[in-house]
Amino acid sequence: MPKRTDLKSVLVLGSGPIQIGQACEFDYSGTQALKALREEGIRTILLNSNPASIMTDANRADATYIEPLTLAVLEKVIEAEKPDAILPTVGGQTALNLAMEAHESGLLERTGVLLIGAQPEAIKRGEDRQLFKALMDDLGLETCRGGFAHNMSEARDLLKLTGFPAIIRPSFTLGGSGGGIAYNVDEFETIVARGLDLSPTKQVLIEESILGWKEFELEVVRDLDDNVEVICSIENFDPMGIHTGDSITVAPALTLTDPEYQKMRDAALAVIRAVGVETGGSNIQFALQPETSRIIVIEMNPRVSRSSALASKATGFPIAWVATKLALGYRLWELPNAITRMTKAAFEPVLDYVVVKIPRFTFEKFPQADKVLGTQMKSVGEVMSIGRSFQEALQKAVRSLEEGHKGLSGALEGKLDLGRLKEHLIIPGSQRIFWIYHALKAGHSVEELHRLTKITPWFLREIEEIVVLEGRLRSFPVDRLPEELLEKAKRAGFADNQIAVFCSGTEAEVAARREALGLRPAYKRVDTCSGEFKAETPYLYGTWEETSEAEPTDRPKAIVLGSGPNRIGQGVEFDCCCVQAVEAIRASGVEAILINCNPETVSTDFDTSDRLYFEPLTYEHVKAVVDREAAGGKLLGVFAQFGGQTPLKLASPLHEAGVKLLGTPLNTIMDAEDRERFGQALKRLNIPAPQWGMATSFEQAKDVAHRLSYPVMVRPSFVLGGRAMAVVFDDAGLEKYMREAVAVSNDQPVLLDRFLDGAQELDIDVVCDGEDVAIAGLLAHIEEAGIHSGDSYAVIPALGVPEEILETVKGYARKLALDLGVRGLMNLQFAVKDGIAYCLEANPRASRTVPFVSKATGVDWAGVAARIGLGQSLKAQGITDGVPRAVSVKGVVFPFAKFPGVDPVLGPEMKSTGEVMGIGDTFGEAYAKSLLAAGIPLPLSGTVFLTVNDADKARLPELAQKLVALGFGLCATEGTARTLDAVGIKVRKIFKVNEGRPNAVDLLKNGEVQWVINTPLGRDAFFDESAIRREALRLKIPCLTNLSAALAACEAVETLRGEMKVRAIQSL
Amino acid sequence: MRAHLILKDGTIFRGRAPLGFGGGGEAVFTTAMAGYQEILTDPSFAGQMVCMTFPEQGIYGIHADLNEGTRPWATGLLCRRLTFAPDHHRCEGDLPSWLKRHHIPVMTDLDTRALTQHLRDQGSQPSLIWTEVDGSLDAGVAKAKALPDMTGQALCGEVSCRDRYELNPGGALKVAVLDGGIKLSILNQLVGVGLNLEVFPWDTPASELTDKRFHGLFLSNGPGDPAALPGMQKEVEACIGKLPIFGICLGHQLLGQAFGGKTFKLKFGHRGANQPVHDLMTGRIEITAQNHGFAVDENGLPGDLVVTHKHLSDGTVEGLRHTKLPIFSLQHHPEASPGPHDAHPAFHRFVALLKEFHHA
Repeated sequence: MPKRTDLKSVLVLGSGPIQIGQACEFDYSGTQALKALREEGIRTILLNSNPASIMTDANRADATYIEPLTLAVLEKVIEAEKPDAILPTVGGQTALNLAMEAHESGLLERTGVLLIGAQPEAIKRGEDRQLFKALMDDLGLETCRGGFAHNMSEARDLLKLTGFPAIIRPSFTLGGSGGGIAYNVDEFETIVARGLDLSPTKQVLIEESILGWKEFELEVVRDLDDNVEVICSIENFDPMGIHTGDSITVAPALTLTDPEYQKMRDAALAVIRAVGVETGGSNIQFALQPETSRIIVIEMNPRVSRSSALASKATGFPIAWVATKLALGYRLWELPNAITRMTKAAFEPVLDYVVVKIPRFTFEKFPQADKVLGTQMKSVGEVMSIGRSFQEALQKAVRSLEEGHKGLSGALEGKLDLGRLKEHLIIPGSQRIFWIYHALKAGHSVEELHRLTKITPWFLREIEEIVVLEGRLRSFPVDRLPEELLEKAKRAGFADNQIAVFCSGTEAEVAARREALGLRPAYKRVDTCSGEFKAETPYLYGTWEETSEAEPTDRPKAIVLGSGPNRIGQGVEFDCCCVQAVEAIRASGVEAILINCNPETVSTDFDTSDRLYFEPLTYEHVKAVVDREAAGGKLLGVFAQFGGQTPLKLASPLHEAGVKLLGTPLNTIMDAEDRERFGQALKRLNIPAPQWGMATSFEQAKDVAHRLSYPVMVRPSFVLGGRAMAVVFDDAGLEKYMREAVAVSNDQPVLLDRFLDGAQELDIDVVCDGEDVAIAGLLAHIEEAGIHSGDSYAVIPALGVPEEILETVKGYARKLALDLGVRGLMNLQFAVKDGIAYCLEANPRASRTVPFVSKATGVDWAGVAARIGLGQSLKAQGITDGVPRAVSVKGVVFPFAKFPGVDPVLGPEMKSTGEVMGIGDTFGEAYAKSLLAAGIPLPLSGTVFLTVNDADKARLPELAQKLVALGFGLCATEGTARTLDAVGIKVRKIFKVNEGRPNAVDLLKNGEVQWVINTPLGRDAFFDESAIRREALRLKIPCLTNLSAALAACEAVETLRGEMKVRAIQSL
Repeated sequence: MRAHLILKDGTIFRGRAPLGFGGGGEAVFTTAMAGYQEILTDPSFAGQMVCMTFPEQGIYGIHADLNEGTRPWATGLLCRRLTFAPDHHRCEGDLPSWLKRHHIPVMTDLDTRALTQHLRDQGSQPSLIWTEVDGSLDAGVAKAKALPDMTGQALCGEVSCRDRYELNPGGALKVAVLDGGIKLSILNQLVGVGLNLEVFPWDTPASELTDKRFHGLFLSNGPGDPAALPGMQKEVEACIGKLPIFGICLGHQLLGQAFGGKTFKLKFGHRGANQPVHDLMTGRIEITAQNHGFAVDENGLPGDLVVTHKHLSDGTVEGLRHTKLPIFSLQHHPEASPGPHDAHPAFHRFVALLKEFHHA
């Protein structure tokens, strides 16, 4: 049965902004889906609010709507495009929920639009825990003891059945948010209350504990002939109790016997059939009791997921692409295996390597967050690595994290308090793997560690072997390292720079010793079939064996370094830049080779580049690929400017090793990155900059601060995403910062800048070819200075900023780009105060805003930069300054809901996980859409609660008048109310939390307030205010912490009251 | 101990022989990721050294209930890494000690992927694990070059039972089983569908197998070259038309030959637990376990023997059915072990066939 012919156009739903639990894996799946549809000649329509994604690039779909993922918008898109069907299974939970909403509201029926991939009944059976549990009972498959509660008394009844510890999961929340494990009555009541509240259906599942059981996942696909196959099995290193997204995982499942695995496979097939997912991919999770091999079904996702992205990368089987083809009616045996090309997609991939995934956390951004891992996902990204042993893959993955680890040993050496070992082993945190290593090193037994962690002993023993190897390595100087030991160590995943530490040598000496012994990495192909058939696609990983399958071509070629794991400050936007660069390189007739280690991304799709090396982004691994590729054809060089700070850090060692950097040369990078050198350049070019200084002690810092005068912005040198950045107002604040926030050393001084409070910040991206400069985009921040640019809403064109200032800033940017010798992209940040534009910093690379600017101007700026690196001038490319095609606002989303207890307030340290875009004819329309897309539906009526700091009181009347004019009621705290009184605006006075009852929080709880505008008053009012903000967050009441944003929001409210237009970016 | 794997074509791979001794056999690879114990004890692997393409072996140790034969029949294990301290609640010992006890050589630290690709491109071939105490490499190469090919080797006699025995005497339908090296899982599956079995040595004459007390005949899997078993083939031929017959793997090949078909050696065989088989009767795909180096040639089969299953990757014959007689056979292994259970219904199909025949 071939594909169905009734579908001429299909609407794909994206997943919106990157957030914890829903990251760029859905950019990968959506991009694959669009490709699969277009190959069939189907008109593709995309709805996704995330401009940082590859799928929203204008060349990926026929009509791309970068609009909020809401029912109202969906209805308008359907009206405009009249698609035949919607594919809701490649955009995560967001897309699935929106599709269900469309189904339940009758929109689909009314418009005659079909759902393909999964039917509403199947989605319901898969997602509704109650229905799912009943279905499992019918199939004779075991599930956890427990049940559903809709109120506290039902919950207490269930507790009698489950006992402690009890697992609580709210229904229908993202990434399991709001769930938890209760060990006592207090915890139980707290978590149940929170869960009931967060669940849109006011329902929580309460179950017996299966903590400590082994956890597995199977990725399954099914076609319309009921052919079902398992694409990949995944085993969690961390046992049950930790969300699989937060667990270290391995593929394939390693510790199961064949009968155990087949029992799970049989169950998975039965589940997907019974749930009735007609076509496409699903993910089914299992737990296995290690003492009995008893298997129970945990849950299923009737759509492609984060795990299916991992499984696709782990096996070379493109699940989302296949799932989309199946949704069109193809059968598995009709589809080609994309890697072998001679066999079909009907088979089960087999691996001849081991894959390890490790999640990436950013707890350092949220010091107040609970860092214990549990059933609610907290990680923001992940890395994957491939090796020919578990040991090798594990150590490669640890390096890929870019947290300073060279392998399991080292980074935390001496920093771990072994006295607290037990606690860190029993209570899982993001560093547990290192505690395990050091515990083994300190002589604790595998048995003891298993008892404390419940981690399968085989894994622990493999780690113990690594410990033993480290000990053996330590007994040799580098030049006497025996061949056999060195080979064993490399095969166990030790890096040269790690061995160098053990053997008191340098990385170069270890590399030289290796070379002398003939030990070089070999590259093997990921081929879906363990070598049974020839692999036509060069998807490669490095290991330590004799035979290499890299087979470099004889073409001209360029290497693009990727951006590594997603983290706050470096996310999907850099992957988007890498992919745009790769496409530009390929289109220029040059072979594009990509190196990256992030399994969620489009860049690591083996189809994206000509050749993909799935390797850690460290000097040793990158240099080895460079050497291998240089052995054939003409390697033009390496691009280090598209993957954010990750590749930029490699620029210097690669340059020193004689590797050619394409685009901006190292010298320019240093000029821009080094504060001293950059300061000189600004002086030379007469560009104003805030006064600044450096310090290595509090005393020095105090002197500098007094010279600059408070407030000052302090930060460690060389940081990403504003890590540990703060504004301090006095000596006491400075002392506290120097004592608590940073470890200062002579190599790592602290930077102090005069803080331009109340300034207007501007963000500018430029491309330069050495002769000409094109301004890609100039953005005005909506929030004032002091909030990290990554956390600021921003608008292009830079509305509200005087034209002459914009021209001045553009002039500065052109001068700087030419003077520094930029070849490619550079991002600059300016602050405007009292009519003067100060240059704050320069990033000699593609910036976070490049994809957004690309969408706003219709130019692939990263591609332009890549072509410059290949020698094509701006003139030759016909590129001049970018022209915004409408008003576009970049909005941001924050993970505060995942970190109860964290004060949701913004500052110079970046905290957002993702971005959205609002496009409109007016600022109000664009801003309203960006807020909507970010999940902040502004109220159209009701009462606004105001409490602002003294600095903001000058502009308070303007805001209050606007709100009154819009018909809002006002209430305020004492001081704020007094200010308004003075200008004749009457407001209701409200107690602060510590002033009496009913207070502000009571009002929020009682539903008397629909909107909170609270600009922080500083330390004194900290607890009071954070209680208000936290409550607002919990109740999903919009809370703006910035007066500029609040003023902008008034415009947005006006727009929201009118009719909203949607437009495809292709039509702009 | 350092060791080399030397192939008959002179290719050498380096590695280690942790048990301190070498050995020989036809080098073949299987892509099954788990199930090393089932594979090593499968009598069909007699005379073969198995390269496991998955690099981590021995993780869950040796289990009492995972044997497919009375002992390990493979003559060697070729792998990348071997676990010496296994981990499983039912584990009764570790894989290396078990191999040592049965004097089966093992080679580790091999570039198994390079070996697999070589066998894929050059074909399965005789090979030696040559340790550093076995002599010079040259001597090893000379010895390897002189090794006999698998083609023409009759190995059923080595692995078949010596004496007739009965299983599940309470079963309503009684089936004669011709044991060319039968896997225990096949016996378990046949018993599992309620059959009473009488298992006969490989060289049992047709007259015994077609005795009136039998409702049907089952032809088992087994090692070696099916074309080297003219005696067995003749006896099978003599059974045709007398009672319903079901054959698996070697049994399937013997049936093909008995009907006048030919078998041929596949370049590197089908060995794994992920092999897609197209069921031409339903149009659906079964993911199957396979272990065969020879196949039935579709050309030369008589018109009343129809091909019911084909391998999706290379189109070779995976199943046959006679249009007039109650006879069918499968090249793949519906009992799996190790592997997926998609083809399990074949055993029910046999029971249905027996019932249909004896009601008629």
